Amino acid sequence: MEHTSTLEKVLRASALTAVVIFFMFPIFWIILMSFQTNETILRVPPSMIFEPTLSNYRGIITGQLETNAATLEINFMRNLWNSVFLSVSSVAVALALGVPAAYAFARHKFRGSEDIAFTLLSFRFAPPLLVLLPLTLYFQQIGLADTYFGLVWVYQLICLPLILWIVRGYFEDISPDIEYAYRIAGHSWFATFRKIALPLAGPGIAAAGLLAFIFAWNNFIFALVLASADKQPVTVGALAFITASGIQYGQIAAGIVLSVAPTLALALYAQRYLVEGLSLGAVKG
Amino acid sequence: MASVELQNITKRYKDLTVLDRISLTVAEGETLVLFGPSGAGKTVLLRLICGVVEPEDGRVLIGDEDMTDVEAEDRGVGMAFQNFALFPHMSAFDNIASPLEARKQTRGALKDGVEAVAKLLRIDHVLSHAPRELSNGQKQRTALARALVGSPPILLLDDPLRNVDAKLRFEMRLELPRLLADRNATVIYVTQDYKEAMALGDRIAVMSAGQIEQLGTPAEIYLKPANIEIARLFGDPTINLLDVTVRTGVHGFFAEISGVPLNLPGDVKVRDGQACVLGFRPETVSFVEAGDGHAIPVEIEAETPLNEKTVTLATTANGREILISRPAGTPGPSSGTAHIAIAPDKALLFDRESGERVGASLLSTVAEGEAA
Repeated sequence: MEHTSTLEKVLRASALTAVVIFFMFPIFWIILMSFQTNETILRVPPSMIFEPTLSNYRGIITGQLETNAATLEINFMRNLWNSVFLSVSSVAVALALGVPAAYAFARHKFRGSEDIAFTLLSFRFAPPLLVLLPLTLYFQQIGLADTYFGLVWVYQLICLPLILWIVRGYFEDISPDIEYAYRIAGHSWFATFRKIALPLAGPGIAAAGLLAFIFAWNNFIFALVLASADKQPVTVGALAFITASGIQYGQIAAGIVLSVAPTLALALYAQRYLVEGLSLGAVKG
Repeated sequence: MASVELQNITKRYKDLTVLDRISLTVAEGETLVLFGPSGAGKTVLLRLICGVVEPEDGRVLIGDEDMTDVEAEDRGVGMAFQNFALFPHMSAFDNIASPLEARKQTRGALKDGVEAVAKLLRIDHVLSHAPRELSNGQKQRTALARALVGSPPILLLDDPLRNVDAKLRFEMRLELPRLLADRNATVIYVTQDYKEAMALGDRIAVMSAGQIEQLGTPAEIYLKPANIEIARLFGDPTINLLDVTVRTGVHGFFAEISGVPLNLPGDVKVRDGQACVLGFRPETVSFVEAGDGHAIPVEIEAETPLNEKTVTLATTANGREILISRPAGTPGPSSGTAHIAIAPDKALLFDRESGERVGASLLSTVAEGEAA
């Protein structure tokens, strides 16, 4: 890349700009919308010049949704809290179950181990609606419908296979000799797992956890069917903005900004781990 | 100190038998070298002894105690891996300290123990470094230090010099015997380098395809290899191997090289017309005057002067290649036609079909006219 002509530089810069605009414009537009009223959003032609207002955010945070017709009670902050709680607990449970399982699958080839691992993976590509109907019936019978416990359980369909398969790859990348060396030094297998395998797979576990968190956060269908209003996350809660008197675009935009912010912040913070963690296994010779 | 005994060990991976009914005893304080080509089963055997691999059949005894079902951490062996297997997220100090940590030693005793062994191996200045900051030689010494630090009665060294440069390998080859002798441990050492095997081993077990082909002192293995393969693996330049056919003469059996008869001793168990291979090491061949009845005429093809010796490649009248090695500085022909003689008491005879050595190693050239 040392001898790039001016033309090449210009072409590259414009290509990059096009890509950035393509991906960033919707986010930029949403942020603009979140500071506008429905009237300024819907005017034709659209304009970037408007008088910014915080009324959308105020409405969401206080729970008073002002529409043309009346004031509606909404519980968006409650939804946001639900999202945080559901995603964090789902990832925590999935890590607690998935990391030891991944280690077992990576290190011990027992009869049927591949089949079990694949079955777990297949949960990821089964359409959620396929399992939802029977699940709803079961959950109602055993009293798990509309509980955090039941939701976290169902969220394992999303988180567990992801963590299991990513982390398994990381454990497989650790040379067994390193673990053997630690055991021969006189440490139990559990100490070896804790002191050698876990730290060495650390970046991979962090990356898998982060991905699982994002997938759990973005989930819509499970919570829509299995939870009632007070247990629903933001993805479902945003439906409340489609009211009888119209769609509240400004508030939806503000809601989106608020709900994207935590995952975005987390992803930005952990970006280094994410890239390192997900590519480490691939490029190792 | 403790002895190691393997009884009828068999190890299979799926349908592949890697170790086939191996029995082996290593005495207390002895250094046994496992030598053989890759895939012979040396490393698997070592892993069976330290307990990270389980045998399908057979028993592992350490100090007369049955350890077959004992976990690796309770066997009390020290091991250095071929690929070092250092813990990448720990400093060299913590790497070396790990066997002591497992024994819950006090911080002071731990520090003293690590520093003593690090000083011995001259890595005391890099103890705070992470493995990736160490040179290959330092990594190898750290791995060795980790195996030595707890003074285990059994030391297993899996080709520890494989991945270090030639200079360090040479140094360590000189240093290791003293180091191991000081430790008073029973040592099992795996290598693919015959020089290492000869330099370090009290005894050498030559392995091939999951079996021990020959077990003996370095001198026995070098001078009386059990078969052609072993003869070929030991020695540099490699042994000369010529196809010969055994004939019966008035003085017993003899073989011919370029029409020159070589007498075989009476106790050689061969029959008339048996297809054999005659083996003789390059250093047992010497140049002699032409016209001597013992002399085999050869054509000199090339001469390679090495530091301490000169190696000559020659061909016989029927185009068979012979390597001749002589100490550097001694006179010898470098081109044209010359005559050679094979030291009569050092040649070896192998059966061509089975590759096994037959009978004693004694051979003598017979004066012309005596043969036939």
